[in-house]
Amino acid sequence: MSTTTPANEALAFADSAPLFAGVPDPVWRHRALVVGGGLLLAIVLMALLAPFLTPHDPYAQDLLHRTVPPFWSEKGSWLHPLGTDPLGRDYLSRVLYGARISLLIGISVALISGLIGTTMGMLAGYVGGKTDMVVTFVVTTRLSMPVILVALATVATIGGSLWVVIIVLGLLKWDRFAVVMRSATQQVRALDYVAAAQAAGASMPRVLLGEVLPNVMPHLIVVATLEAASAILLEAALSFLGLGVQPPLPSWGLMISEAKAYMFFSFWLIAIPGTALALLIFSINLAGDGLHDLLAPEGRAGT
Amino acid sequence: MFAYIVKRLGLAVLVALAVSMIAFLLLRLSGDPAVALAGEGARQVDIELIRQTYGFDRPLVVQYAAWLWQTLQGELGQSVYFKTEVGPLIFSKLPTTLLLGFSALLFALLISIPLGVLAAIYKNSWIDRLCLATAVIGQALPNFFFALLLIMLFSIWLRVLPVSGSGTWLHFVMPTVALGYYVAPAFMRLTRAGMIEVLGADYIRTARAKGLPPSRVIFKHALRNAVVPVVALSAVQLGFLLGGSVVIETIFALDGLGYLAYQSITFKDYPVMQVIVLLLAVIYVLLTLASDIANAWLDPRIRVA
Repeated sequence: MSTTTPANEALAFADSAPLFAGVPDPVWRHRALVVGGGLLLAIVLMALLAPFLTPHDPYAQDLLHRTVPPFWSEKGSWLHPLGTDPLGRDYLSRVLYGARISLLIGISVALISGLIGTTMGMLAGYVGGKTDMVVTFVVTTRLSMPVILVALATVATIGGSLWVVIIVLGLLKWDRFAVVMRSATQQVRALDYVAAAQAAGASMPRVLLGEVLPNVMPHLIVVATLEAASAILLEAALSFLGLGVQPPLPSWGLMISEAKAYMFFSFWLIAIPGTALALLIFSINLAGDGLHDLLAPEGRAGT
Repeated sequence: MFAYIVKRLGLAVLVALAVSMIAFLLLRLSGDPAVALAGEGARQVDIELIRQTYGFDRPLVVQYAAWLWQTLQGELGQSVYFKTEVGPLIFSKLPTTLLLGFSALLFALLISIPLGVLAAIYKNSWIDRLCLATAVIGQALPNFFFALLLIMLFSIWLRVLPVSGSGTWLHFVMPTVALGYYVAPAFMRLTRAGMIEVLGADYIRTARAKGLPPSRVIFKHALRNAVVPVVALSAVQLGFLLGGSVVIETIFALDGLGYLAYQSITFKDYPVMQVIVLLLAVIYVLLTLASDIANAWLDPRIRVA
């Protein structure tokens, strides 16, 4: 009766394959969580405290101080630690405020797509039968269209803005939530405490929210971190192509795009937001991996 | 097995139909096609005439059926921006993108499977840690940023590779690496997890007890079973790579389907955009269909059920 396809399963498993499976050393596992979580916390704090960390307005142009190099360069100064962009805007301010955009994208998209995908996946896994077939069909259809292409086309049609990007990505990226929640729910459904709740006469929403959801939560959290990271990368790619967040917002992808023309002489204009983006994704992925191993010690690959 | 294939084929056809509906609606949501065809400053009378000539005044369902029928016969319409037939335009770009997609996949498999096997054999050693660290860092690097780093290193500093274009095989080196490295970590994790699982299985112990050389045990007995999920993932990832080619081809100005997709999107060339979405979806559907049937063939649990 299972209508899932190996390709779907492989996709669901691919990025969540336990990174530290077979690593018995608990210190290493926790180290991933501590390093990733710590770095992420630092980035979140820097984003929140941006106005206190830098005296400059990220939108204020200063045409007399254009493309000032960062402090490690001979011509750099501590007035603008990361230099200024070709419009004379302080680069440190733009990078710090840019973190807000990336974090907002990651969290909002994970929430929207998580709500859609979890609902679909839990219903499919719990009810089974026709519902399961319909959900599998919808998921397979969604997977057959490249997210980046559909997102680009949609944003080009309705016009780019931060909220358009969030909603478009949120409506597109629920597939992994649905696939993972479906199989997790199927595993939990057969367990005694679910049967007990059913026997006690609990309604379906009550069983799903009260019994099933808490027990599939570890999977949900891991998928949410992966999807948040992936949404941040997608926003950066869309903005890089000019069809995402619009200027003058300091989106990291947009900053890289704006710096492309200066790449020969001022490569740091690309390297700084690029590194910031990589560090953020790195910290989220590492924290997600650490959580995965912490929350699901039985890990699929065994030891 | 036969029943499974029929069921799977049915799903593939339904998915293709659903995608065609979405691609069709994409065009319609973008605005009144009659106004777009008439061009700027057209009179209301002309727009009305075009609407009747092309049948835009008919119910949407009828229009969809007519469009689908034409599409199936290969009549894909005219490009608004390039002023040519959509069909020949797209099929002239397809080989470049398929070449890029397959070479990126090959590149990813060539680095990830050996690393995954190595990490599994030397589980918990510094080699394993190094492989894992590489995977985590690789997955954190945005592909467009990595592409720019490659250009900086190989085109500007070392001057060994061309920045953009699609004339020679040298033009494909950086796009292949920039597109392929991103899917490698997933393959590596899967290979590593699969190898660790398989290496602990009884038949591997038997093979070792028989006194077979370790290389033979690993490559002939273990790897064969460990890579089954990698095969399934390859099909999915190839679909992902074709989507990712939009970004990579645009950066390197590689004259393929991805670059055409980007151009058609920026120039609002909806007929081209529509067919590209449809074509990539059909390719993905066929790939997953092939991979699922191959998997069923390899895995008797699916074959029999």
